[in-house]
Amino acid sequence: MEWLIASVIAVMTGCGVYLTLRARTFPVVLGLTMLAYAVNVFLFAMGRLQVGFPAVIDPAAAGYTDPLPQALVLTAIVIAFGMTAFLIVLALKARSELGNDHVDGLHRSEDERKATRHNTKTDSERSES
Amino acid sequence: MSLLSFNLPLAALLPFFAAPFAAWATRYNRLASAWVAGITTLLTLALLFPSMAFVFAGETIIQQWSWLPSIGFNIAFRIDGLALLFALLILLIGLLVIIYARYYLSAKDSMGRFYAYMLMFMGSMLGIVLSENLLQLVVFWELTSITSFLLISYWQHRQDARQGARMALAVTGGGGLALLGGVLLLGHIVGSYQLTDVLASGDLIKGHDLYLPTLVLILLGVFTKSAQFPFHFWLPHAMAAPTPVSAYLHSATMVKAGIFLLARFFPALSGTPEWVWLVSSAGLITLLLGAYVALFKHDLKGLLAYSTLSHLGLITLLFGFSSELALVAAIFHIINHATFKGSLFMVAGIIDHESGTRDMRKLNGLFKMMPHTAVLAMIAAAAMAGVPLLNGFLSKEMFFEQAISASGTPLAIWTIPALVTLAAIFSVAYSLRFIHDVFFNGEPIDLPKTPHEPPRFMKIPVDILVVLCLLVGVAPMYLISPILTVAVASSLQTAAPEFSLAIWHGFNIPLLMSFIALVLGVAVYTVRHRLFAWNEKGLHSLDGKAVFDWLLWKTIRLSKKVTDAFDQTTLQPAVTWVIGGALVLGIITFFQFNSPLIGDRVMMEADVITLLMSLILIVASLLTVILHHKRLVALIAIGVVGLIVALGFVKFSAPDLALTQLSVEVVTIVLLLLALFFLPQHTPQERSYIRFTRDGVISVSAAVSVFFLAMAVLSRDYSPISGFFIDNAKPGGGGTNVVNVILVDFRGFDTLGEIAVLALAGLCIFAMLEGLKLFAPTKDVDGLVWSHDPHPPIMQTLTRLLFPLMLMVAVFIFLRGHNLPGGGFIAGLIASVALISQYLANGIDWTNERLRIDMHRVIWIGLLIATLTGVVSMFIGYPFLTTAFTYLTWPIVGKFEVASAIAFDLGVFLVVVGATVMILVELGKLSHASHHIKQEEVN
Repeated sequence: MEWLIASVIAVMTGCGVYLTLRARTFPVVLGLTMLAYAVNVFLFAMGRLQVGFPAVIDPAAAGYTDPLPQALVLTAIVIAFGMTAFLIVLALKARSELGNDHVDGLHRSEDERKATRHNTKTDSERSES
Repeated sequence: MSLLSFNLPLAALLPFFAAPFAAWATRYNRLASAWVAGITTLLTLALLFPSMAFVFAGETIIQQWSWLPSIGFNIAFRIDGLALLFALLILLIGLLVIIYARYYLSAKDSMGRFYAYMLMFMGSMLGIVLSENLLQLVVFWELTSITSFLLISYWQHRQDARQGARMALAVTGGGGLALLGGVLLLGHIVGSYQLTDVLASGDLIKGHDLYLPTLVLILLGVFTKSAQFPFHFWLPHAMAAPTPVSAYLHSATMVKAGIFLLARFFPALSGTPEWVWLVSSAGLITLLLGAYVALFKHDLKGLLAYSTLSHLGLITLLFGFSSELALVAAIFHIINHATFKGSLFMVAGIIDHESGTRDMRKLNGLFKMMPHTAVLAMIAAAAMAGVPLLNGFLSKEMFFEQAISASGTPLAIWTIPALVTLAAIFSVAYSLRFIHDVFFNGEPIDLPKTPHEPPRFMKIPVDILVVLCLLVGVAPMYLISPILTVAVASSLQTAAPEFSLAIWHGFNIPLLMSFIALVLGVAVYTVRHRLFAWNEKGLHSLDGKAVFDWLLWKTIRLSKKVTDAFDQTTLQPAVTWVIGGALVLGIITFFQFNSPLIGDRVMMEADVITLLMSLILIVASLLTVILHHKRLVALIAIGVVGLIVALGFVKFSAPDLALTQLSVEVVTIVLLLLALFFLPQHTPQERSYIRFTRDGVISVSAAVSVFFLAMAVLSRDYSPISGFFIDNAKPGGGGTNVVNVILVDFRGFDTLGEIAVLALAGLCIFAMLEGLKLFAPTKDVDGLVWSHDPHPPIMQTLTRLLFPLMLMVAVFIFLRGHNLPGGGFIAGLIASVALISQYLANGIDWTNERLRIDMHRVIWIGLLIATLTGVVSMFIGYPFLTTAFTYLTWPIVGKFEVASAIAFDLGVFLVVVGATVMILVELGKLSHASHHIKQEEVN
């Protein structure tokens, strides 16, 4: 089981890092969200994996899971949401101010392939509006 | 508790508290802020008054509170003779400057801003002189750098003001860093940051190996602040400040802070050859340089600026002599310089104010137009020149005497007295120029305004200072002796030496030096035109500013080069460096790890369902990456990842986390969908294969490292600290859900911080979206037109039916949170989902009409409730955020428990609801606004 969870954390980290390194804002936001999942699961797993042990005081319970990582991760999830929201709005603001969604505010980066059909249209529509 | 146990911190902090009021008062009345500043100064004086009797009796009062005892940082204030003398100078001259500035500032200048800065500066200065803890002293020291920056750049529209202020900040701020280093070393040597301990261990400090670095660092702080050579160049450029600021900063306060430190650390640091050489040579050079350059400045304030340098050099030189009587002379001259230089700056301001120029080549013969001001200026300038019967004469005589007695070695026997007399000659010459060139010497040359006497109250501060110069000069024994004695005694930390303040000491060498200085000074002034011509050719171009600018420019270029080499000014390389750097550091640590990578803990068997779910999660994660060019698809894939993470929390005994993750997932996806509407639907392909390879390598190594890290931890046993939480949750926190009890009780302070962050994120988003208009596409990716029917009836009906149910679930989850999975965070998220689904299904207008709640208010009420819960426990005498609980028995309901933690949790709930709903509704409004634009365009 531990192998499985470690692999899950690893895959989410790798995917998150890769997306964070992309050139457009939306994939970067997705990447950071993914990284947040990975970090949360990682922190949670620091309390070791427990099946069937509650974190609620109960005289009938056979044992308890570690409640501390849970408490930490609970707030981390909410903060991660706040950060994602902040980032995506920042991306919107950047697009509105700079006219594009490249992380550096470039209209079209030279190392990107020629835009697809849809993007060409979006750009022309934008210039009309 | 009497006033005497806390009046010092109150006095230092009162100006800071009053500053916002001064700024605010100006809205109602232009002059109100001057009143606020004046009354604050008087109040501060009144606060210090009760301590005075003790100080004059030779006592030192220390008031302290322990703050961070582990690093020796106490909040500690002290008042003794030296501190009292400086505090009085700061407050009394401050009061005069406040009165003067009220008439000086024109209708265009913002009174509120001026007096607010002024008060903050005054508070910082008081903080320096009243500090007992040295770290605290450094904090106030830096505050004076910052507030003086604000004061010097008060006329922000002027380039010279901005540049001068920036230079002053760079030099004095840099010196402040050096001082911090010095103080840390001092604390290391002595083992305490308390001034009392440091002053008592002079021999220990002077004998220590680290004495020289400590001394150099502290002197760097002193010399930068007090504008000693080679850091003198910032002071003349700071003259771009309004004249009241110059009068305050450069007579009694800012530049005297460095001098104050010399006096303060005198018993701890002085007397060694290093001290004598460093301090005296800096002082002597500054004394000569300032006196010489002052004569050639055509700008009134420029002359005064260099003269200030010269007098600061004089005081520093006296400290360098290291004798007890030299210290007496130094402190005496500090007082005298503050009075005559303060009044001269004010006179310069009056002349500038009334005639429109400060150029002495244009200003001539003003005596006829402003005789009163002229007389004041003459007396003050005479004091500056050291004419008998004025205060400047007395301290200068003492200075000459010390210069003679300090020159012990045969070689120096005549050098120092000769150089000092030379400086005095120039001092007489420039003082004479200030009077003769401005008030006599023919007729004025095309002045912008016709000068006349200023308003009466503008002269009164000058009157007072000039009268003081006279009185001190005539009757020094009665006026100055008591305060000077206690100040000297507390500076030396022993009894003050015998000194005589008489006007007449008989015919001796100092008197001869004074006489030579006066005669030759007049002579130099008469041949000034020839000297001016000679100066223009030679030394004119010598300017520290050029060196400073060159250094600054070089530093900026270097840092830019380094930065550019790393991030190439784009984000992707910057992120690569951050992640790559973290990876390298992490991997290095792996190799330093000696025991086997995988531990020997017995692992769990994987079951089929977990295996299946993990596979789905891995596939969904990979799909998010592979399909990230199609943004909507990627969003769906990442949604799957989030859901499975929530299921994982269920599986591994974390119901609270599962509930939180599930509700956050819903909100996040809605949010990203809303945002995606305004962003391009596709991500263009990147071309650079180098980058693909690089990013691929980084991602894979990150994944592999994290895998081994996780395995290394998961395969080992550990001893958690959670036993304490589990044992105490019920008896100590009154709840059985340990996770919730940790959140609202054991680690309640953390939670308070976290909801504050969430609230801030919400407010920032609100601010960013304010007034934002984005292009809203009419068609989707495939060219299909977006539906104009945003509110399908089935969804409308369903959400309206479900709304009360969802709210009830939220309340249920909230109430049971303390004992069973649930709590403020989860309930808040569920309530947000309930509200947001109303907005989604029924539209913003419809929902806003029925839900008239301002989410800003919800956020701040939430934060207030959470904080108040904590504060209440403080009032009852428990630490911040201690929970209290009790059991009540009601009929029917039976026995149940009431905990104050539920109030805290209510705060959490409100902040979460407020922030989440605000974020999503603001984003929704954006699409609302954009739709309207489009409709109008179509019409």
